[in-house]
Amino acid sequence: MQKVNRLQPFFENLVFEREDNSMIINFGPQHPSSHGQLRLILELDGELVTKATPDVGYLHRGMEKMAENMIYNEFLPTTDRMDYIASSSNNYGFALAVEKLIGLDVPRRAKVIRMMILELSRLTSHLFWIAAHALDVGAMTVFLYAFREREYAMDLFEDYCGARLTHSAIRIGGVPLDLPKGWITSLMKFINEMPEAIATYEGLLDQNRIWKMRLEDVGVISPEMAQSWGCSGPMLRGSGIAWDIRKEEPYELYDEVEFDVPVSDRCDSYGRYKLHMQEMRESLKILKQLIPMYKETTPELMAHAPKYISAPKEQIMTQNYSLMQHFVLVTQGMRPPVGEVYVATESPKGELGFYINSQGDPYPYRLKLRAPSFWHTSILQDLLPGQYLADVVTIIGNANIVFGEIDR
Amino acid sequence: MREYSNKKNEQKKAYYNDRFYVAPQIPKDEVQSDEVFAKDVEDLQSSFDIKEAYIQRGQLVVYINAKDIVNVMKFLKEKLNYNFLSELSAIDWLAKSGEFEIFYQMLSTSKRKRMRVKFFIKEKEEIQTVSNVYKSADWAEREMYDMFGVRIIGHHYMKRILMPDDWHDHPLRKTYPLIGDEEAQWYEIDKIFGKDYREIIGPEERDSARIVEKDTHRFARIKHEVPFGAEYSDTPIETDYQEEGGIPIVRKLSKKDVKILKERP
Amino acid sequence: MAQHKINYLSEGGLPVALTTVDKLVQWGRSNSLWPLTYGLACCAIEMMATGGSRYDFDRFGTIFRASPRQSDVLIIAGTLTKKHSPFMRRLYDQMSEPKWVISMGSCANTGGMFNTYATVQGADRIIPVDIYLPGCAPRPESLQYALMLLQKKVRTESASRKLKPKRLV
Repeated sequence: MQKVNRLQPFFENLVFEREDNSMIINFGPQHPSSHGQLRLILELDGELVTKATPDVGYLHRGMEKMAENMIYNEFLPTTDRMDYIASSSNNYGFALAVEKLIGLDVPRRAKVIRMMILELSRLTSHLFWIAAHALDVGAMTVFLYAFREREYAMDLFEDYCGARLTHSAIRIGGVPLDLPKGWITSLMKFINEMPEAIATYEGLLDQNRIWKMRLEDVGVISPEMAQSWGCSGPMLRGSGIAWDIRKEEPYELYDEVEFDVPVSDRCDSYGRYKLHMQEMRESLKILKQLIPMYKETTPELMAHAPKYISAPKEQIMTQNYSLMQHFVLVTQGMRPPVGEVYVATESPKGELGFYINSQGDPYPYRLKLRAPSFWHTSILQDLLPGQYLADVVTIIGNANIVFGEIDR
Repeated sequence: MREYSNKKNEQKKAYYNDRFYVAPQIPKDEVQSDEVFAKDVEDLQSSFDIKEAYIQRGQLVVYINAKDIVNVMKFLKEKLNYNFLSELSAIDWLAKSGEFEIFYQMLSTSKRKRMRVKFFIKEKEEIQTVSNVYKSADWAEREMYDMFGVRIIGHHYMKRILMPDDWHDHPLRKTYPLIGDEEAQWYEIDKIFGKDYREIIGPEERDSARIVEKDTHRFARIKHEVPFGAEYSDTPIETDYQEEGGIPIVRKLSKKDVKILKERP
Repeated sequence: MAQHKINYLSEGGLPVALTTVDKLVQWGRSNSLWPLTYGLACCAIEMMATGGSRYDFDRFGTIFRASPRQSDVLIIAGTLTKKHSPFMRRLYDQMSEPKWVISMGSCANTGGMFNTYATVQGADRIIPVDIYLPGCAPRPESLQYALMLLQKKVRTESASRKLKPKRLV
């Protein structure tokens, strides 16, 4: 157990004064390539890493404790700030967990809109991933190109829900807003432009000698290691295990759309890079299939459950009892039944899980957020020894970690 | 007299509780209703002591004894094919019974099933680490120690992970207030400047609804910005370049203003 | 070869302008503010988007530098936690004069929506802040407006070597 001693440096498993050649480097919390606030204490022998200790917690904001003091609807914007690159996927995970807790069924149009937003979030997340990863490795042009595409996607989000980054577009019980006029046309335009852009990035990077030299055989994760360390999402599929929650435990309408799940046997960073590119294409495929599905749904957006969900705005403004119920639900909060639930969804980073234990109060008794990046950062302890210092940057970029999730 | 607040549970309570409201329970189904789970529970029961087992919302929940946990994990990994430990954490029941409830969320990809293993331990009781069986428990147990103070033996690096190393108390316990105790509130001032600066810098502003309209120390009115601590002003300020009347670096050159020199002065 | 000759004596005099050293130096400083890459949380993404191709930060003369010794402006983008605060103070102290601070987003201004035990309630408890920029996350246009406001503030300052001692927080 740790004993607090202000006289000694706090890393007692690293010896600071030694006679041989190893050097201890602090890859500090502020670093242009550390994707946030990762502190890595690397013990180096020349340029080879012999020991790595990741130190996280520099963005710990106490979200789980906040959740215990907020009603469920109030907590939804906070989940936005967890994985801030694809924020709708966190909103969706939380909404799905609460809906499962209550036992609620969402209308079909809401499901279609939710899926559209989820796949757009996946696209923005992967675009950001390739931008940041390429920037770290040195290919700075890809950063600018990917951000240009990302701006188009963020325009779509802004047209829909008003916010570029932290959407809160998915609520418990459905979605609050319908798609605006002309959104589908913009979406079609975006879908038609994207394959060319993805081909541009691949053309710049795929057969690029420097990219291949820096990414092949770097960060090799064997399947047993991936399973033991709890990896999920592209890290797991990059090691040959075909597990995608959208296919295996389908939620929403994922069993009605056709898409493939790319799996790579290479187990290294280059395989994961190809995987991400292919996943972007699959997302575009799904989005294309959702457009005709939207047109044949009835315009109902929120579930009808007066005990838990408020009525639609038109009813609140005109009917008396809807207004009263809405007031009670907003001030006091809804009371779900007693019990616990764990729901996992496939966020762009991996398996995003929410564990909610409710005791019948308007506030959850315990809310645990299972963030995929937390488990992907703990694997760095085992993955980095044996790599060179330059590969450390590649591996961190390739692992797609975002610190809002790790520290919550 | 000031109001007495029970310090055992600092979680926010609903301001209105209906006296006759009985919260409904999520239905707990019998284990026999699902054959995969029925077989799993049967295998578990043959080697270990199962206190309770039921299915809730499609996931199996099994209560065991605290001392069996490493053997149960080994059994689940090797014999029953639960190859992922998705989640591991604790729930604080200290106010109710002085116990923590630890749960392990497992996933089996071959059977496509999720289950949860739970047990209760007392506050100072120690449990074995499962990081030798599932490496993912490594950091999850550190987080559990950091947030709750659950003692774990056998771990190779049991240190605080999310809070700073010299933090006092465990934040996710119900006795810990949301805004933090005294040591938490002054932590950064003490660390950076020293305890004497507490009065100079002043306490934190925790009331999010406090608005001081003419305050120019914290924020300024948009388009009416003044320097730090200066007087509040109502006159709008333009943020333009010199062409539209901003701060001129150079006097405007126009033909009328120019004096033509006939000879060197 | 020039297409038309300018006859300086008859058109408007020699192309000479008069100004003060203060204004010139501060104009130069304001048009080349080099920020430190200090993205902590979600606002960092908006800062990166501001540096991207649509909202170009480069046209203000800003180049993001990784080392505090080479930068002028510290744009605090994201939540400041108590674990991180000694590092931020150290980075601020390592920057060389003249230096300015823009606090971007609600979390850096006042702690934001995170009214919890682990969040510093505003970066101005630790660092003297010049410009506060509200928003969650602020749009890239707001960040540009904040930078323009900082440029204006820089131009009104004096460029003398004897600077007034800076406030502590």
